[in-house]
Amino acid sequence: MRESHAGSVESNDCKVTVRKQKGITVEVTSIVYDLYGEQIKTLILDTLKRKNISDVYVKCEDKGAVNFVIVARLVTALERLENGNE
Amino acid sequence: MSRSLLFIPGNNPSMIQNSDLYGADAVIFDLEDSVLVQHKDAARKLVKFYLEQFNLLSCKVIVRINGMETPFLKMDLDDLTYDYIDMFMIPNATHGAIEYITNQLKELEKERHLKKEIKLIPIIETPYALLQVKDIVKMSRVSGLLFGAEDYSMNMSIKRTKEGSEISFARNMISIAAKAYNKEVYDTPFIDVNDSEGLKKDILLAKSLGFSGKAAIHPRQIDLINTLFSPSQEDIFDALRIIKEAKKDNKGAFSIDGKMVDAPIITRAKKVIEQAKLYGLIGDGDV
Amino acid sequence: MSKPMFTSIEAYKNISYKKIEPVLSHTTDKFKSNLEEVLDLLSLRDGMTLSFHHHLRNGDGVLNLVMDYIIRRNIKNITLAASSLFPVHGLIVDYIEKGHITKIISSYINGPVATAISKGLLKDQVIMQTHGGRARSIETGELVIDIAFIGLSCADKNGNGNGKYGQNAFGPVGYSNADMMYAKNVVVITDNLVDEVKEDEIQSKYVDYVVVVDSIGKQESIVSGTTQITKDPIGIKIAKDTTKVLDALGLIKPGFSMQTGAGGVSLAVANEVYNIMSERNIKGSFISGGITAYFVKMLEENKMDKLFDVQCFDLEAVRSYRENKNHIGMSASKYANPFDNPVVNNLDFTILGATEIDLNFNVNVTTDSYGAIIGGSGGHADSAYGAKVTIITTQIMKSRMPIIKDRVTAITTPGDSVDILVTERGIAVNPKRTDLINCLSGKIKLYSIKELQDICYTITGKPMNIEKGNQTIGIIEYRDGSIIDYLYKK
Repeated sequence: MRESHAGSVESNDCKVTVRKQKGITVEVTSIVYDLYGEQIKTLILDTLKRKNISDVYVKCEDKGAVNFVIVARLVTALERLENGNE
Repeated sequence: MSRSLLFIPGNNPSMIQNSDLYGADAVIFDLEDSVLVQHKDAARKLVKFYLEQFNLLSCKVIVRINGMETPFLKMDLDDLTYDYIDMFMIPNATHGAIEYITNQLKELEKERHLKKEIKLIPIIETPYALLQVKDIVKMSRVSGLLFGAEDYSMNMSIKRTKEGSEISFARNMISIAAKAYNKEVYDTPFIDVNDSEGLKKDILLAKSLGFSGKAAIHPRQIDLINTLFSPSQEDIFDALRIIKEAKKDNKGAFSIDGKMVDAPIITRAKKVIEQAKLYGLIGDGDV
Repeated sequence: MSKPMFTSIEAYKNISYKKIEPVLSHTTDKFKSNLEEVLDLLSLRDGMTLSFHHHLRNGDGVLNLVMDYIIRRNIKNITLAASSLFPVHGLIVDYIEKGHITKIISSYINGPVATAISKGLLKDQVIMQTHGGRARSIETGELVIDIAFIGLSCADKNGNGNGKYGQNAFGPVGYSNADMMYAKNVVVITDNLVDEVKEDEIQSKYVDYVVVVDSIGKQESIVSGTTQITKDPIGIKIAKDTTKVLDALGLIKPGFSMQTGAGGVSLAVANEVYNIMSERNIKGSFISGGITAYFVKMLEENKMDKLFDVQCFDLEAVRSYRENKNHIGMSASKYANPFDNPVVNNLDFTILGATEIDLNFNVNVTTDSYGAIIGGSGGHADSAYGAKVTIITTQIMKSRMPIIKDRVTAITTPGDSVDILVTERGIAVNPKRTDLINCLSGKIKLYSIKELQDICYTITGKPMNIEKGNQTIGIIEYRDGSIIDYLYKK
């Protein structure tokens, strides 16, 4: 399985899509990008580092999700990618 | 002693984020029936990361995990057995399931050096569980029971009604079993969220049968549940009078307003005051 | 003539207020067969100021109709003094782009016109006023109106008319009173000509011309989506907590008066107050401001003595205004002009909303957090000043956006007139109101507004600051005529 996702584009949620690739790329779009865009990117990068993941493409489409939601959706997507299911 | 227990769908970030605001005495983060199979993992992670970050100071934290018959139970216990959980709620509970889960918890709590023993609230929702109810409720990990009338009726192949005569025997049996072993007992949720008159009747019926609280499936049910399961101002006033008199005389029995007051009534009055304090209805200085 | 900067909410007391002379009409033959004829007679020229009311709200048909005729004559550099602008007025964006309309003065702008203004398309500027401030500026001659177009649902050939009767009845004609009296020319536009109007809120002696058109708009579109009690459990919690505060302050007492906004939470508060009044058999003296069915119910059940109405927000209110002698219309001046001993000064409490509030209790209802115009004061700043207790109800965050800012993006209502903030996560009282703090302590848990901001940040995280645009496109004018803030290109 090359790509997985988790979450949704409902209010206060985010949809995280992850794909296998060499190196790390993080793309974030957010309805509160001006306020939290950088924080979201940093949070994703930190989470990847803690999990020792150095090869992945992450896309986060955010509708105002707070930190625990972003981490939960990312971790779920990564597990799905790992387990080979959608 | 929870009057109200609010189900919060485990895959709903907005509701999870606001879980401490609905005024419920306990919040049940649900990983079971309100979460689709394809979202079970997502919900588990969402609840886990939420509880890791936030302390719900004003309510008990309960998680309804998936049942033994599913592949999700093990992962639910693995991910969530930590100090932030007060109770796990067990659907389709049986004596065997509670035993199994108890053993899993003992191991995990030891491994992880948890400060507490996580309690269990089995949901009695099958005729088999109803027959075993006294064996289930007396187990040491069990702190209370929830009656799940919707699944129960489905398992009995009977029609569920608002007025509830078809579940009255089950309600009685569950309540008696819980009270026999001095455990909490919570009534099934009222499904029609727009019918507050119906909800009121259902709550009063449950209360009259000895239930200590009721589950809710919508925040708008909380106020009514909390109010009706709390001692009323009148109850509190009477109880205070009784205790005051009892302190004065040191007699075993006396009369107030022409009614006899003896030991059981004094004990009950003390319970009322205990509850009133717990729910913030009187200050410590009032007694 | 440069405008002074805002200094204090009491500064108006030091201003000597002088009204200009009302402008009476000298035309005898007022009734004309069509609008073209009237426009010919008015000798239109570039640079004129035209005014319109917004009593039909998003159902208004008069402004678009009249502006279409005027623009066809290629008039340029028009100042549009419309008391409010709604999405229905979107087609004037074209006139703005082409330089026909170069300046807008209004109390509330929402929809495509607001977006266009925030993009910087107006060649001159926008001035956002309060309802009371608009009346003041017209009465003093600061805002000179060349032609006031007054849409009426019922009028006679002499120009007497009202908004009470007719298929497009809309309630009182409160916003047009000052325009009627002080504009250089007044044109009445109606879709319902009658023989004689006795209840003349608009009076013939001020009116120059009267024209009949097919329709002045759509009555049903007065109602906007927001005039329903909120069903959101969080909104309901805020409403219940607000009511607890009102009760703890002893404000729900016989003869009390109140005003609320028409949003979902404000109406939920009104409903909770209604329940308490029923339980305790309390009758209030008046409700003022924008009137909805909920307030009509209170009047008809004899729970309120009077409704003082500057605008109807739904058709029930329109009906009640027509039928009930205790449902009384008022001009914007009588309602909210600081110099007219206004009705707002008699309010016991007011419940208002906010897009933002800051650590000094300043409130923004004019722009969003990116600086784009999404509304305006309307009566917000007026009632906040007048009411003995002003309560702002708002969620503490909306889709991660914190509502409590260090400093609001734009000040509509200054913090000195704002007393209490109620959010779903806590209540804060303006430190200047030690009387309220003393009254509430022990009864209601209070936080400082900074503590509430911190509570929000534990959930949302602390946000980066949004870059403000550096090109000004207009001002926010406080009710006394001073500049309280600037508006910037988004």
